[in-house]
Amino acid sequence: MSAALDTGSAPALSVRDLSTTFQTPRGPVTAVDAVSFDVMPGEVLGLVGESGSGKSVTLRSLMRLVHAPGTVSGAVSWKGRDLVAMSAPELRKVRGGEIAMIFQEPTSALNPVLTVGLQIEENLKAHTSLDRSARRKRAIELLDLVGIPAAASRLDDYPHQFSGGMRQRVMIAIALASDPKLLLADEPTTALDVTIQDQILKLILDLRDRFAMSVVLVTHDLGVVAATCDRMAVMYAGRIVESGPVVDLFREPHHAYTRGLLGSVPRGGAERTQLLSIEGTPPSLAAIPPGCAFNPRCSFATEVCRRDRPALAAYAPGRFVACHHHTEVAAAGTAVAA
Amino acid sequence: MSTTVSSPGTGRRRRLRLGRLPVTLIAGGLILLASLVLAIVPSAFAPYDPIAMDYMAILSPPSWAHPFGTDSFGRDVLARVIHAYTIDMQIAVFATTGPLIVGVIVGALVGYAGGVAEAIFGRIVDAVISFPFLVLVIAIVAVLGPGLGNMYIAVGVIGWVFYGRLVAGEVNVQKRLDYAAAGRAMGYTPGRIIFRHLLPNAITPAIVYWMTDMALAILLGSSLGYLGLGAQPPAAEWGVQIADGKNFMSTAWWISVFPGVAIVITGLGFSLFGDGLAELLRTKK
Amino acid sequence: MAFLSFIFRRLLQLIPTLAFILVVIFVLVRMLPGDPASAILGDRARDADVTRINAELGLDQPIPVQFGIFLKNIATGDLGNSIHLKVSVASLIADRLPVTLMLTAMAALIALVLAVPLAFVAATRQGRVADNSIRGAFQVGLSMPVFYVGLILLTVFGAQLRWFPVGGFGSSFVDHLYHLFLPALTLALSLAAILMRNLRAAIIGVVDAEYVDFARAKGLRSRLIMTRHVLRNALISTVTLFGLQVGTLLGGAVITETVFAIPGAGRLMIDSIYGRDYPVVQGLALALAVIVSLTFLLTDIVQAWLDPRVAR
Repeated sequence: MSAALDTGSAPALSVRDLSTTFQTPRGPVTAVDAVSFDVMPGEVLGLVGESGSGKSVTLRSLMRLVHAPGTVSGAVSWKGRDLVAMSAPELRKVRGGEIAMIFQEPTSALNPVLTVGLQIEENLKAHTSLDRSARRKRAIELLDLVGIPAAASRLDDYPHQFSGGMRQRVMIAIALASDPKLLLADEPTTALDVTIQDQILKLILDLRDRFAMSVVLVTHDLGVVAATCDRMAVMYAGRIVESGPVVDLFREPHHAYTRGLLGSVPRGGAERTQLLSIEGTPPSLAAIPPGCAFNPRCSFATEVCRRDRPALAAYAPGRFVACHHHTEVAAAGTAVAA
Repeated sequence: MSTTVSSPGTGRRRRLRLGRLPVTLIAGGLILLASLVLAIVPSAFAPYDPIAMDYMAILSPPSWAHPFGTDSFGRDVLARVIHAYTIDMQIAVFATTGPLIVGVIVGALVGYAGGVAEAIFGRIVDAVISFPFLVLVIAIVAVLGPGLGNMYIAVGVIGWVFYGRLVAGEVNVQKRLDYAAAGRAMGYTPGRIIFRHLLPNAITPAIVYWMTDMALAILLGSSLGYLGLGAQPPAAEWGVQIADGKNFMSTAWWISVFPGVAIVITGLGFSLFGDGLAELLRTKK
Repeated sequence: MAFLSFIFRRLLQLIPTLAFILVVIFVLVRMLPGDPASAILGDRARDADVTRINAELGLDQPIPVQFGIFLKNIATGDLGNSIHLKVSVASLIADRLPVTLMLTAMAALIALVLAVPLAFVAATRQGRVADNSIRGAFQVGLSMPVFYVGLILLTVFGAQLRWFPVGGFGSSFVDHLYHLFLPALTLALSLAAILMRNLRAAIIGVVDAEYVDFARAKGLRSRLIMTRHVLRNALISTVTLFGLQVGTLLGGAVITETVFAIPGAGRLMIDSIYGRDYPVVQGLALALAVIVSLTFLLTDIVQAWLDPRVAR
């Protein structure tokens, strides 16, 4: 399994069998179930799925930011060290310093009672040896870098004094203060207007180039994936069901769930193709069906799908799928003609 | 088509099973039930007459004959603690029910009217909370003369403001919801909208506060009793009893300590019941 | 600056409140049954004495004139003279109020010192033994009347163990602190319980906030996260509650001073009420109400300082 995801050069981040389980009064609930993937240097990986698929929990689990009563197991290897096993002081150096994270809602992710200047500077203070005035100078540079006009005069402003899009830029500036090499972005544009969405995504890509970062982008929006990601991994009920280069997956999905997701995206060009919709609703994590978790909603499902859970396996270089009938799915194509 | 406007609180009530009730509600309820029984028929449980003096048994420590000992007049402390339930539970109810009713009505009207009425009410609240409550009550009682009746008047003059503030705020929220607009659209009178539709949904915080307030009323009543401004000796009242024993704390601690324990237990009963009630009403929503 | 203009606006709001307080006090004192003169002189009062005292108190004037005189006197700092103690009310208050303020300030400090760390412990060990015992102990503390707590502390630590004096105020500053410790602790207990309960709930509400996760994701030390990000936000609602409790604290001081025989404003209040010394009652009520209003102002300012969204 571990070798299965190699795509050539050495990955920056390598995740193996990552599982996150929450102890609830009604028994343990596994939100992330043995997830494995790699992130290459400089690459943007999209983690795609519906809400409740475990994509955000996966992202938080990488940095051990899961709230009690959640527990994380597996291995997350970063520069030869395992984030899951490392000590708290070590982890603290990685968090913010080497791996940064941004959240969906800047309004709730920024501390409302602290100035944005302080929120940038505390990051710099934790990870650099800059003195007070150097930190302030760097904070202004950062705000300028993410496109905040008159950056120097906004350092002493509070988050509520910024507009939604500007607030998201502020959060990115805070996260990137200490030159991280990996950015974990949890639905960074979902809360924003469409026009501002594009600006923020463009900013993230610019910064990726500038800092030579890798990015893991969690989103439910395939449009965002198409515009920004190099590779994508599709999650369903806490597991990765398909992964591979974005271009390939969009052209020829091998999992019925991916196919359904793609089918429900209106695409430019093709005149009025009928959208595929996925019947039913995602399962509750407390009651995942036996066999393939997707089988109750899948039109390709057969007896084996209800019995055996398919493993994620390579069917072509760099392309993985967890489906008993992936060849049939691929053959069925992506859109139904009107 | 139905002709009534259904509001969230007046729908069909789900039956409650005892096992589902919060533990705090059950524990508090049991304490309060026991307190009520003692308050209503104290003589059934008290071993002696609470004001009968026995000069042969002055300041005797707890024993089988006098489980809580006797005071400086030879009165049985247990009998006095039990009989005090009558007065102290009465204080809890009498000192809070009037303010509850007045406060709820005024609060509902003010909250519904909004505007100037609400602004004036807000100033009254500001002024009232600017006076230390206890000092104000003491001053009024001192003016009217010591005694429980005057204490109820003093508390009533001020206490309704707190209920009014809670209900006004809540009604103000409820009146903006759809079902209130539906009621207006159907041509219901404001009175019917306020008291039949808004109030049942807005009254919860006031009811929960009522429980806390009853515990506070016992603390207040016993404080006034201690200062000689509440229940008058030789009546059995916990505050009066504690005052009776204050000069004997080092030699006959039981005179003051047991009444205090009764205050704490009763207060806990109200707090637990209030917490449980809040939890129950929260989960029901 | 927004903060200064907020303070200014808040100061303006103080004016109607103070006006209302003056009216309430004036009305309250005029509403007293019977005339103060007879109350002072008792049953053996002669008409001439009654007239003299009424004139002394200005009670022979029409009500609006009395209110005018009342306002003028207050404006000039003249609160009248004590009927029994034969000194000016202003000097009595100046003499006794600092004692009460010292007592309440100490009590507030003790309450904070008890409540903040314990709320932290309880909130971070939610539902476990430490949490339940802290909450249980404080719940019992909250159900205890102030005079009862005072009596027990006085007996155990004063009379029996002799660690502290059994009453009085002492003569030097350090001596004052020593004498006031037990009374302040008595007064602090229920306030600590109320603050602890509120702060615990606030911390639990804040600890899972996304900005705390973001702070963790930045790699900050946990102590910094707890103080700067969690505590500061959690304290906002607690500060408001603290302000609202100052009135209760002053009321409790009245009883505490009685129990511990402390010569403060509370003790003076009770004595004056018993003795129907109306000018003193009136002056003290005014002083206490002003102090409470100023505390509200102060807590609003602190809250605005803690939470920049308030002072917009």
